[in-house]
Amino acid sequence: MGRYLFHRLWQSAVTLALASVVVFAGVRALPGDPALAMAGEEADPEALAALRAQLGLDRPLPVQYLKFLAQALTGDLGRSTRTGIPVTQMIGTTLPVTVQLAVYAMIIAVLAGTAGGVLASVYRGRWPEWLANGFALAALSVPTFWLGILAVVYLAVQLGWFPASGYVSPLRDPLRAVYYLTLPATILGIAHAAVVQRQTRSSMVDALASDYVRTARAKGLGRAAVVFRYGLRNSLIVVTTVVGLQLGGLIAGAVVTERIFGLPGIGKLTLDSVFTRDYPVLQAVVLVITGSYIVINLLVDVLYTVIDPRIRVSGRTL
Amino acid sequence: MTTLAEPVATVPIRSGGRVLRRLGHNPAGVLGAVLLLVVVLAGVCAPLLAPYPPAEVHFTTPFQQPGTVGFAFGTDDLGRDVWSRVLYGTRTSLEVGLLSVLLAVVAGVPLGLAAGYWRRLDALVSRLADLMLAFPFLLLAVGLAAINGGGLGNAAISLGIANIPMMIRVVRAETLRLADSDFVLAARSMDAGPWRILGQHVLPNALSSIIVQATVIMPAAVLGEAVLSFLGLGIQPPAPSLGIMLSDAQQYLFRTLWPGVFPGIALALICLGFNLFGDALRDALDPKTVSEGR
Repeated sequence: MGRYLFHRLWQSAVTLALASVVVFAGVRALPGDPALAMAGEEADPEALAALRAQLGLDRPLPVQYLKFLAQALTGDLGRSTRTGIPVTQMIGTTLPVTVQLAVYAMIIAVLAGTAGGVLASVYRGRWPEWLANGFALAALSVPTFWLGILAVVYLAVQLGWFPASGYVSPLRDPLRAVYYLTLPATILGIAHAAVVQRQTRSSMVDALASDYVRTARAKGLGRAAVVFRYGLRNSLIVVTTVVGLQLGGLIAGAVVTERIFGLPGIGKLTLDSVFTRDYPVLQAVVLVITGSYIVINLLVDVLYTVIDPRIRVSGRTL
Repeated sequence: MTTLAEPVATVPIRSGGRVLRRLGHNPAGVLGAVLLLVVVLAGVCAPLLAPYPPAEVHFTTPFQQPGTVGFAFGTDDLGRDVWSRVLYGTRTSLEVGLLSVLLAVVAGVPLGLAAGYWRRLDALVSRLADLMLAFPFLLLAVGLAAINGGGLGNAAISLGIANIPMMIRVVRAETLRLADSDFVLAARSMDAGPWRILGQHVLPNALSSIIVQATVIMPAAVLGEAVLSFLGLGIQPPAPSLGIMLSDAQQYLFRTLWPGVFPGIALALICLGFNLFGDALRDALDPKTVSEGR
């Protein structure tokens, strides 16, 4: 176990380091010039060169990368070339918004997904299964950003049930914060609920057909007890993995949701920095999202071996 | 649903007729196939079916309601015919989806075969795939699109590249499994070279997995194109795209919602068709699988 943990930690660190190179190179490969964007199209060449030197853009790329890395390791991610605000501060204000949104969406996805999965597996071949499966299929096929737009128009503007956009910090007003995030989190969570539903259903179907469930039923245990204590509990292993893997994707998926609902999260920051060629912000934001994705995947892997000791680690996994 | 009680097949690939028969018995699969047929016909025949060019503006008749004479689905803020734009947008979606699948197959299949067969290459290729998978799919697609620039070809390339690592994984896993099988051992004992083994023994048997993965990539690429275009990183106006139509519609949705409803329905039908058909195809190709989401 200790060796496995070390191996996975090391692997994740290497992946993260390589990812930082890729992100750095990728950001530099973007068409456009941040110095030109800052100084304006009419800037004279000398001022432009001075600005480039000030930003460190005139040095060779490996030097720029090492400088970025050295500063990043001390917690300094540079300043936005557009606003001059330290990048760590910008991430500090936007990341909590996205994390709240993602966690809220995940809670909705897990509750709706497991409920649908249990229904579908218990009532196999009858209308509750058709209904639950139909919902899952529709949720996977309908573009959720389209649903988001429709929800803004109908639920927010015409019916006035929810605010159409905006964000309230939970530190200021927890109830209003939940209220403001409900619609975006539901929209973001729908597709993930479908994935959880399908996963729960297929592993519940397996579990309910297993010998230990038959034994439990033969002992005279009630239907509900068998379904929840024997079926669902064993399916939760698989569901945990799926949920973990989805959480990373949720943070990236927030890019679109935040755009529709005007939330000041890290997804909005990503898009803004793409369009304004704000190198320091963009590389930091992408690294933060990717880093959290890698860390979550690592945690899921470790959790998985803890929950289910049958999983052995081999060098060449299938 | 397929019958699970069937004996486990020793040879994974099934004859074409058998697969078709199994698909025919699956109502969801038939529905998916019919949807796909309609969608593909609409995309291919867009120039014949559309009454106007997709970018033609009619400044005198903006915001027409659906059902207006001459504009079956109504018009948008510039008086462009929504029906024509949905048809051409569907065509664009299918083009991008198809190109992405092609790219993922052309790059992913040889790499997956090589990684599964040669251990030395495996270290390199798998690490590369792992590195790409370290980025969330949407973020990878957005990043690649920002680097490649907009336009149909570039959007297809970005989405295709973002789908390569999963294709590598699928083909590599199949190759690893098949390379240990008795018929490959037999071929090797008859002095078959790696090209012969991979091309004649491994690839044909991995084909069903590749096809299933392609049906997973296709709707992901179609939705991906819509998202990229919606964000302004994909198809560039005035070229027609369902994602751009949605983004446009969002700006004037307080006046009329209709120009935003139809492209969404079109996207949903395309993806529903591929998802239904893909699920049914997976069940038909492999009786052991219970359909599961990714």
